[in-house]
Amino acid sequence: MQNLIDQFAGTIRVAAERKVPLQICGGGSKEFYGNRIVGQNICMLDVTAYSGIVAYEPTELVVTARAGTRLTDLEAQLHKHRQMLAFEPPHFGAAATLGGCIAAGLSGPRRASVGAVRDFVLGVRMLDGRGDDLRFGGQVMKNVAGYDISRLMTGSMGTLGLLLEISLKVLPLPPMEMTLSLQMKQAVAIEKMNLWAGKPLPISATCFCNDALTLRLSGAEAAVHAAHMKLGGEEVAEAAAFWQSVREQTHLFFQPGKSLWRLSMKSTTPPLSLPGQQLIEWGGALRWLISDAAMDAGTVRAAAKTAGGHATLFRNGESSAAAFHPLTAEMMNIHRRLKEKFDPMGILNPGRMYPEL
Amino acid sequence: MRPLELVNNLRTFLPPEAVLYESEDLKPYECDGLSVYRQTPMIVALPQSEDEVIRILRICHMSKTPVVARGAGTGLSGGALPHAAGVLLSLVKLKRILEVDPIARTARVQPGVRNLAISEAAAPYGLYYAPDPSSQIACSIGGNVAENSGGVHCLKYGLTVHNILQLRVVTMAGERLEIGGAGLDAPGYDLLALMTGSEGMLGIVTEITVKLTPSAEKAQVVMAAFDDIRKAGDAVANVIGAGIIPAGMEMMDRVATHAVEEYVHAGYNLEAAAILLCEADGTAEEVADEIRHIDGIMRQSGAIEIRTSRDEAERLKFWAGRKAAFPAAGRVSPDYYCMDGTIPRKSLAHVLDGIEKLSAEYGLRCMNVFHAGDGNLHPLILYDASRPGELEKTEEFGAKILEMCIATGGTITGEHGVGIEKLNQMCSQFGSAELEIFHAVKAAFDPEGLLNPGKAVPTLRRCAEHGAMHVHRGEERFPELPRF
Repeated sequence: MQNLIDQFAGTIRVAAERKVPLQICGGGSKEFYGNRIVGQNICMLDVTAYSGIVAYEPTELVVTARAGTRLTDLEAQLHKHRQMLAFEPPHFGAAATLGGCIAAGLSGPRRASVGAVRDFVLGVRMLDGRGDDLRFGGQVMKNVAGYDISRLMTGSMGTLGLLLEISLKVLPLPPMEMTLSLQMKQAVAIEKMNLWAGKPLPISATCFCNDALTLRLSGAEAAVHAAHMKLGGEEVAEAAAFWQSVREQTHLFFQPGKSLWRLSMKSTTPPLSLPGQQLIEWGGALRWLISDAAMDAGTVRAAAKTAGGHATLFRNGESSAAAFHPLTAEMMNIHRRLKEKFDPMGILNPGRMYPEL
Repeated sequence: MRPLELVNNLRTFLPPEAVLYESEDLKPYECDGLSVYRQTPMIVALPQSEDEVIRILRICHMSKTPVVARGAGTGLSGGALPHAAGVLLSLVKLKRILEVDPIARTARVQPGVRNLAISEAAAPYGLYYAPDPSSQIACSIGGNVAENSGGVHCLKYGLTVHNILQLRVVTMAGERLEIGGAGLDAPGYDLLALMTGSEGMLGIVTEITVKLTPSAEKAQVVMAAFDDIRKAGDAVANVIGAGIIPAGMEMMDRVATHAVEEYVHAGYNLEAAAILLCEADGTAEEVADEIRHIDGIMRQSGAIEIRTSRDEAERLKFWAGRKAAFPAAGRVSPDYYCMDGTIPRKSLAHVLDGIEKLSAEYGLRCMNVFHAGDGNLHPLILYDASRPGELEKTEEFGAKILEMCIATGGTITGEHGVGIEKLNQMCSQFGSAELEIFHAVKAAFDPEGLLNPGKAVPTLRRCAEHGAMHVHRGEERFPELPRF
């Protein structure tokens, strides 16, 4: 496996010398996400061959795997020991890799209750834009030696380095899950989700769509039943398939070909008056918006900003707007300087996140 | 800029009592919770608002004056040790809780607010701020962000980094940054994570939005005693292996239980080689279920005694012993030195054996308390600073423990930070390429290197010297710090 790392490092060094942009790719499942890489003669750097679990000790709650490891393989291995990636990452395709999952930094339905992908990242091994082999963090839960580069890498869209290995905290599968459905209007649902999140209830996922609030309870059997008694609602059959459809965006709400906006905001924000259809997750903190091409990006971004958040053009459909919410000048300065330090020649996924990076 | 000129500049907008420069006024600021390191600052500034922070930083930036931020001064790694030619920026007067939003479950607070004060303000709504470092009655939330503080409940509820949503930060150049957001994520790089645990090296935090957690309906603790530390370690692995994430899981060795029992009478088994405290919290149903499980696992793991708290008073009594471990060390020994390594749990017995050997080798007693759930080990080395050479021996003992933590795949600091204390061990944990990245990150925020200079990340030169430290030991302790 070291020869693969040497190969990657060699590619990076040559690219840096010749200023050739590299497009880092794993399974290609999230190619739609983010902006197009800028530059000419873009060279693909395929990481999928660097795969496999390096270390997994269920009783330590830690797994270390190579970036090219398929998410399905990793999750299957964890399930054998009744454990899971608690942030429930979306795959968006069978070929999805761990490296892509960390680089994209996307989390699924369980995010509001257990945390995001970055919350579970304990350490990384990576190559920077000079091809230097670096290790940050580690395989332990608590570690404050040095700046938290592992979490900085999470969600950086491959613009700061090539991920080689990632150590993650894992959690046990809940002993029991039950999904309930309750009919209500959007404003009421937002109110209820926030109210219930403030109570010691084992709610592990929420989804509001078409005047129905679907929520999942996870925990000890007695606790799940007690919560069902308190909350009421109809038990949903085929619940696992439902949550998978929300996570993978195969749910009927997500119509292929249309522009899909992802608005992340304060969970208590009342219903947004934006044209199009909405689906709400994460107890109100995540709002998906399907709109037509005429939808003005500025309007969506202003609505998100007013609610203390930001808007991402998640799938661009017919829209040509930039994927990510613009940063303030001061924040962009810091971002640019970080990029210059990690990738001095600007060859790693240039422009994938912002044109300046 | 000369000291008096700087004082006069600061006094154009700060009241006289907020700019200290007389040596008797500076004295209280000469150290933080790690009092073996002392240094009087040139000036202490006590701003009351973010605007004042900005103006102080701009003046210092212009005059190239180093700035060291300080919260409550409870830090255990010398991170707030002043700079002899610098301004110590005390943030204690920024102590307002600006907003508690019970519906969104957040609190917006200034950095000088005490950790526990946030939970007290949230309590009427059935909410609390989860990270609970042992110093929570005194330590400030700004300091918690700087150190990424944990606590006894962090295996289940996370560290500071998992419990904050947004920061307002002022850079050394006096620019305002808004990092994070009111939602669960933010655009761009995860600067919220980068700032957390950055030990005052990147910016000054002026406002923090924290996440509040619903208070559990009930909590109950199992106390299990073991005649062999290995069995206690296995019991921890067995609990986790059974799919249980306890709210807290703490271990104490025999030296520790004897020291605290005399002091707080927690009812610990004094025959035991180690005791485990394992807490379950949640709804009444969940707790009953989990306690039954834990009890069974402790039995199977060979516990010689198991007791479950019958009521809240007894639960607090069981915990009182663990919480009194540090003061108890202070009672049985004139001085103690607290280490903060983290190790993979499976290496516990190996590391404790090693500590015992070192203890014999150095002729110094050591008591061990262990955040067993997350592998964070606090060996407390007992020594007497009035005996010549004993502090140096203690530091060497401590350094060897940390090297052992690195060797098992762990880290030199789980929650106390590097500060001034563990710079040499950073050279062991990281290579020069990683250290260069750390310096580059610092430079991205603070190109002139004026914020908390000489802390957290050693210079490459220092590491080169550290390689020969055993030869040149004692010649020059902090080559980065100018001496006057």
